[in-house]
Amino acid sequence: MSALEAVLLTIITASTPLLLAAVGELVTERSGVLNLGVEGMMIMGAVTGFAAAYTTGSAAVGVAAAVGAGIAMALLFAFLTQTLAANQMATGLALTLFGIGLSGLTGQPFTGLPGVKLGAIHVPGLSGLPLAGPVLFSQDVLVYASVAITVAVAWMFARTRIGLVIRAVGSNHHSAHALGYNVAAVRYGCIAFGGACAGLAGAYLSLAYTPQWIENMTAGRGWIALALVVFATWTPGRVAAGAYLFGAVWIMGLYAQGIGVNIPPQFLAALPYLVTIAALLAISGNRILTKVNTPACIGQTFVPDR
Amino acid sequence: MQAASPLLAVALTVVFGSILFAARGFDPLHANYVYFIGPLTTLWSVEELIVKATPLVLIGAGLAICFRADLWNIGAEGQLIAGALAGASIPILAPQWDSALAIPAMLVLGMLGGMAWAAAPALLRNRFGANEILTSLMLVYVAQYLLDWLVRGPWRDPQGFNFPKSISFNDWHLLATFGDGRVHLGAVFAVVVVLVLAVFMSRTLMGFEIRVRGEAPRAGGFGGFSQKGTTWLCFGISGALAGLAGICEVAGPVGQLQPTISPGYGFTAIIVAFLGRLNPLGALLGGLVLAICYLGGEAAQVELSISEKTAQVFQGMLLFFILTCDTLIRCRVRLERTTRSPAHARASRGIGDAASGAAGVRGAVP
Repeated sequence: MSALEAVLLTIITASTPLLLAAVGELVTERSGVLNLGVEGMMIMGAVTGFAAAYTTGSAAVGVAAAVGAGIAMALLFAFLTQTLAANQMATGLALTLFGIGLSGLTGQPFTGLPGVKLGAIHVPGLSGLPLAGPVLFSQDVLVYASVAITVAVAWMFARTRIGLVIRAVGSNHHSAHALGYNVAAVRYGCIAFGGACAGLAGAYLSLAYTPQWIENMTAGRGWIALALVVFATWTPGRVAAGAYLFGAVWIMGLYAQGIGVNIPPQFLAALPYLVTIAALLAISGNRILTKVNTPACIGQTFVPDR
Repeated sequence: MQAASPLLAVALTVVFGSILFAARGFDPLHANYVYFIGPLTTLWSVEELIVKATPLVLIGAGLAICFRADLWNIGAEGQLIAGALAGASIPILAPQWDSALAIPAMLVLGMLGGMAWAAAPALLRNRFGANEILTSLMLVYVAQYLLDWLVRGPWRDPQGFNFPKSISFNDWHLLATFGDGRVHLGAVFAVVVVLVLAVFMSRTLMGFEIRVRGEAPRAGGFGGFSQKGTTWLCFGISGALAGLAGICEVAGPVGQLQPTISPGYGFTAIIVAFLGRLNPLGALLGGLVLAICYLGGEAAQVELSISEKTAQVFQGMLLFFILTCDTLIRCRVRLERTTRSPAHARASRGIGDAASGAAGVRGAVP
């Protein structure tokens, strides 16, 4: 394996959980809901996925369980914010705090155990190619899934009726309601989709990235995914570009340490978070870019009046 | 009625906690006693309660003001660390400076440190429109790595056998204590701060500006209130208080710098603020409740050998229940069918129109 292959492989590994979580949150936010609980849903996905895979010995069961956990957490958020009309910011924060606590509690018996690793799927005919073969066509199922989901979401928003309805609900929930669309139902669906994606991202961390359970193993990736959605100005293509850019930054730190750059490791570890702030600044300064796609109703509570 | 929400939330948390305990095979009555009542039964644990509540109240009161203004500073943990670092620079860099000014200087530096860390998200929001939730949170990680670097690198105790710790602070760089020597001056600060902020919020124009910014920002604009000014003010206050909590922790119970100086006080304080109904006085009570949660978690770990993570689960549940109870108290919940297929809706509307039309005709005839 050449050095370039190794670098590209690790970048894809670091980017995939960000991409999965961000594209899920993108759909949630496009429907006008800001779910700050991505970190909590992700870490519950990670611990549930690991536990299920460890108990059954099957990584597939682990992935399914992680998706289930993500959706369950998301529905809790949806119930509070949509049915009970609670403040979205506060509820999202509660979801994150709750998820981190609960994952620590449920994950305790699994700490330090050897995990189950997702197997790689070699695409027949293509995995033999030089460079592209190992990098693009010998990945595990979640890497393919992350790309497929991103493409599907992009297509959904650009070309389908349901994509249009979601955007309408996010842009003006009063008009969407007046047209006869069930705002709460659309949002329930979008929140659940975001939870499923966050669960997948968690599963990727505990079944592929580092196949074991470590407390707080998401390390703020859920928050970075939230920032990515803003950075990408709510468009799936830019979310993907941003995720790979961030993955590259994350890996750059590790490699710089490896080749003996004389910078304290803590500075390199803090780099992704600083880059996130820089990226937010770069994009927030550009009024036109941010205004065009920002869902107008984001974060607002909708209670239909009859 | 509004005050009932936190009480109901605490009660619901206890009920669900009991279910959780029962599911793990514990007698729920005994477990609840260990968790919630035990910390109040001995003088030792009551003092410990005050020690734990001090940073929670300080930070929670500041965050309450921020949240009131619809500003979401969730990086108090980072501001706490920044304050601790700034304040600790005196005992670490000038350990021999024994003067009556040392402690006040440390406290001021601590507040400035926290304020500086909080000023970043305020500046980025005011100048570039960057989301303060994300920037303030990202800075938590940066602060944690900065602390980690300092205690492993330049500020490590040379005689510390390579442990990642700074020198232990000299006596003259530690806060005055009461009783058994654990309750420190910070507790007094917390009470004073809460009282001052309560007056500030309810009796001054600036406090009014903050409340208007959260409840009716457009009205505030017409009134000539500066949004940017309020942003600076709220982040400044909450950052300074988080920094004060930080320096009180390291110059109080901790007594030196180490890689972890807070068990997530900055995040728990978010719950404190909400439990206190975003009111500084409420934060005082909220801080005590959450401190019981921490202590109960420790007691349960020792006596029932369950994970100390239970405390965090309870905290998360508590916040969920507060938010739920707020809705249930503010609004009357009615279950009714709201989803109708478009065809069905049209049909029923037609019937309704026809019926009212008929009634109108009948009314007009005589």
